[in-house]
Amino acid sequence: MARYIAKRLFYMFVALFIIASVSFFLMKMLPGSPLSAQDKLSDEQQEIVLEKYGLNDPLPVQYVRYLGNIVKGDLGISFQFSNTPVTKIIQDRIGPSMQLGFQALVVGTILGVLLGMIAAIFHNGFLDYSSTLLAVLGTSIPSFVFAGLLQWVFAVELGWFPVAFWGGFEYTVLPTIALMIFPMATAARFIRTEMLEVLGSDFITTARAKGITEYAVVFKHGLRNSLIPLITVIGPMAISLLTGSLVIEQIFAIPGIGEQFVNSIMVNDYPTIMGMTLLIAFLFILIVLVVDILYGFIDPRIRISGGEK
Amino acid sequence: MSKLLEVKDLAISFNTFSGEVQAVRGVSFDVAKGETLAIVGESGSGKSVTTKSLMRLLPTPQSVIKRGQILFEGEDLVNKTDKEMQKIRGKDISMIFQDPMTSLNPTMKIGNQIMEGLIKHQNMSRSEARPKAAELLKQVGIPHAEKRLHQYPHQFSGGMRQRVVIAMALACNPKLLIADEPTTALDVTIQAQILELMKDVQKETGSSIIFITHDLGVVANIADRVAVMYAGKIVEIGTTEEIFYNPQHPYTWGLLGSMPTLDDTDEHLMSIPGSPPDMLNPPKGDAFAPRNSYALKIDTELEPPMFKVSDTHYAATWLLHENAPKVEPPAEVKRRMAGFSKTGEFLKGEEGEDQ
Amino acid sequence: MDQNKLSKDMFEPLEHKEDTSEKIARPSRSFMQDATRTFVRNIAAMFALTVLVVISVMSIIGPSMNEFGYDDQDLTRAKIPPRIPVLENISWLPFDGTMTETFQGTNVEDATAKAIMRFKTEEEFVDVKVLNEGNGTRNSAEVDVTYHSYQALGLDDTYFWLGTDNLGRDQWTRLWKGTRVSMIIALAAAAIDLVIGVAYGGISAYLGGRVDNIMQRIIEILVGIPNLVVILLMIIILQPGIVSLIVAMIITGWIGMARIVRGEVLKLKNQEFVLASRTLGASTGRIITKHLLPNISGIIIINTMFTIPSAIFTEAFLSFIGLGLVPPEASLGTLINTGFDNLRTYPYMFIYPAAVISLIMIAFNIMADGLRDAFDPKMHK
Repeated sequence: MARYIAKRLFYMFVALFIIASVSFFLMKMLPGSPLSAQDKLSDEQQEIVLEKYGLNDPLPVQYVRYLGNIVKGDLGISFQFSNTPVTKIIQDRIGPSMQLGFQALVVGTILGVLLGMIAAIFHNGFLDYSSTLLAVLGTSIPSFVFAGLLQWVFAVELGWFPVAFWGGFEYTVLPTIALMIFPMATAARFIRTEMLEVLGSDFITTARAKGITEYAVVFKHGLRNSLIPLITVIGPMAISLLTGSLVIEQIFAIPGIGEQFVNSIMVNDYPTIMGMTLLIAFLFILIVLVVDILYGFIDPRIRISGGEK
Repeated sequence: MSKLLEVKDLAISFNTFSGEVQAVRGVSFDVAKGETLAIVGESGSGKSVTTKSLMRLLPTPQSVIKRGQILFEGEDLVNKTDKEMQKIRGKDISMIFQDPMTSLNPTMKIGNQIMEGLIKHQNMSRSEARPKAAELLKQVGIPHAEKRLHQYPHQFSGGMRQRVVIAMALACNPKLLIADEPTTALDVTIQAQILELMKDVQKETGSSIIFITHDLGVVANIADRVAVMYAGKIVEIGTTEEIFYNPQHPYTWGLLGSMPTLDDTDEHLMSIPGSPPDMLNPPKGDAFAPRNSYALKIDTELEPPMFKVSDTHYAATWLLHENAPKVEPPAEVKRRMAGFSKTGEFLKGEEGEDQ
Repeated sequence: MDQNKLSKDMFEPLEHKEDTSEKIARPSRSFMQDATRTFVRNIAAMFALTVLVVISVMSIIGPSMNEFGYDDQDLTRAKIPPRIPVLENISWLPFDGTMTETFQGTNVEDATAKAIMRFKTEEEFVDVKVLNEGNGTRNSAEVDVTYHSYQALGLDDTYFWLGTDNLGRDQWTRLWKGTRVSMIIALAAAAIDLVIGVAYGGISAYLGGRVDNIMQRIIEILVGIPNLVVILLMIIILQPGIVSLIVAMIITGWIGMARIVRGEVLKLKNQEFVLASRTLGASTGRIITKHLLPNISGIIIINTMFTIPSAIFTEAFLSFIGLGLVPPEASLGTLINTGFDNLRTYPYMFIYPAAVISLIMIAFNIMADGLRDAFDPKMHK
């Protein structure tokens, strides 16, 4: 197990190193500098700015310094907001994104598991068809369409929730719902398939033959065996939240990472783009790694045989 | 001996996309207290369906009990609700399944799986149930029982798992134990151990056993009486001696003739030509007729009734009708019949191997 | 039954006819035929297929079905509601080229005046239906005002089937133009999956050994690089548009497929039927084409079908946030974005593109589900 984790960590760092290096050189190839954001500077002023950002040094020097700074946790200074370090921007904006992502993942997974279970228990019944339909719609309808409809109906027309911006809990409701639809639908479809397979397996018949209640059969024997594999799709689900945040935060004007990321791309704020790219890549790799390790710990079959899949 | 279980004219169908599959077509038998009844037949003959229906474990709504009664201690199980059945399952009737690799929950500790039944039926607390579970494991011959309770199924070998399954089935001292091919998935050496274990258990607890198998060697070893099933019907039923020494139905002849023996090395093994009928459209008359070289014209017209051979021995073949021509079983079968009665090879089971 | 009544001759031995018990009752079908049959019988999947065919055809012919170009700007005819010949006469359908809104005022005249201001038009082009006369207090009067936009703009003989957008461009043309983009992305994603993914996974698994080892290390690193990051980097370097998206897909879009194909081939390669074929002297080519490909084709098709909707979604979502196609190019994402800004007053600008992309996504997902069932032997009846 330890060897497996070490191996995975190694690949994680290689991937991050490649992303950091590639994005660094790509950004250097591109036109645009801190100066494009604030024109009308004299040559002298330009020189001062370039010196301040260390942009006059040879490329290899800049590259080594860049990597060194990353290790130290310094992602450089934003072009767009002069004098503001990228890490500061991330710190300021990560709160809302994390809160939304967490709420969406938790609520979405719980609702999805419930939907999937209902579908499996009432297999081929009305409840099965409706929850399957719901799940297909949830995986199919693009989040921005759904978010738009939510905002129109519940904020603009009915006025139950704020239209946009960030404040108390009520500001998080609509974006959370918009974000959670995909994880919910994914979990529902997954649990339905797993549950149907588990409920058809021999050990469920054994459990029924013991005379325990149908409730205990479904929850103690069925659900547990279907939930363990669900961990494998939490990775893709969490990643969908990263993607979703880009568009949901735009629609609801939430001061989060996603909104800032899109803005930075629009104004060519390269240090911020690179910093956030690294952050997203890091989160992505971390989620996948944690999910794999978690799976090894939770499934008794894998746990004992030492984490080899 | 008083009757524990009486099955009368039981018929079960499955509704599939292609139509109604008549898996069981009017089966009657009974099991006395402390007795072992073996049900023998090919795959698809309806033996598993029959026994699963005794516990009402067939999937609904796909399966339907078309007619018949299942009288357990005089009460008809066919009309019981799910709730009432839950009180009987695991307590009065319990079941051992074919494949120990899949019949245990892979994510639940062995101890919890055994204790579940105890907690439900004996109203035990978890702390009371635990020592009882350990005792059960010892009873089925698993060493280090206390430690084993905390392990998961994948940490057990196939034979050990089947012992666990048996321990689970025995937990509440059931009056009837249904074993659905409990040795089929196991190695031959392990098979013998499991059979011995089941015999010991029966001696200790006095429960009745219904033993499903397609292995006649196993039947001879363990059963008091044998029912031979074909195409959803019992074609011959009798004591083990009667079935082995005096078989009447051509299908039973075929089964006996296809069984290898040790005494004669250059003998021929018989085979039954063809394959069982499609139960979606069961044939008219005797379902076995197309594969039966002794078939009579009437077999294609009318289904044979159960002819009485002795008080305990019945067979459904027109050959027993007074008008039927007298036919002798094939030579291989006759030789075996003679061999059995001479040496008692099969009836003595393993002890017979040293003859 | 009285058995003595059974005649003697019935008890004569049956002459043995040809044994029919081994006759195969059902017609024999290959796996692919079975899969096709299951799929064709799946009503939802067939419906999805029909929807996709219709949408694909429309994406090809739709933009040239009327005389408007996708970037014909004309601000004088901006934001006109849909109007379709024949259908315009059916009152409950929203295709008569009118807009109806409720206005409030101190009295009916006040409310009507507001409406005329809102539509920037003359009194002769609006129908006023009084809901509430009002009593002179603020907003006590209510009127439903129906605005005949085509007449007001002197476009009596013109039909914008789905209306016009905020720059007066024909929505119908733009909608199918945008759908065409989605379909191109779908084709590209499928092609990349099938060519790069299948080849990479297949080669890696079939050759095995060191080649496999190296190819797998590369994949393990690529897997760590999120799709989104690659796409965004490509958008920054190249122009935002289809090209950067396709380049990004070429870099990482095929990895899932490669892993699945590799896993399947590894599994199959050592199965008895392949070994049996090899001991009988089958050539590598024969093993690949006769044994491996037919057995993995199902999983390849299913996986492709799941890749496509996510590629379509990615394009639309990037265009929506302004990082994909740039106007005047039309993409369902940009159309929805424009519609989104005008959602309250001109919902038709949002509804049609949103409906089309949702339909495409739903249809692909249902098709994928249907195919998965079709390739599942358990589902063959």
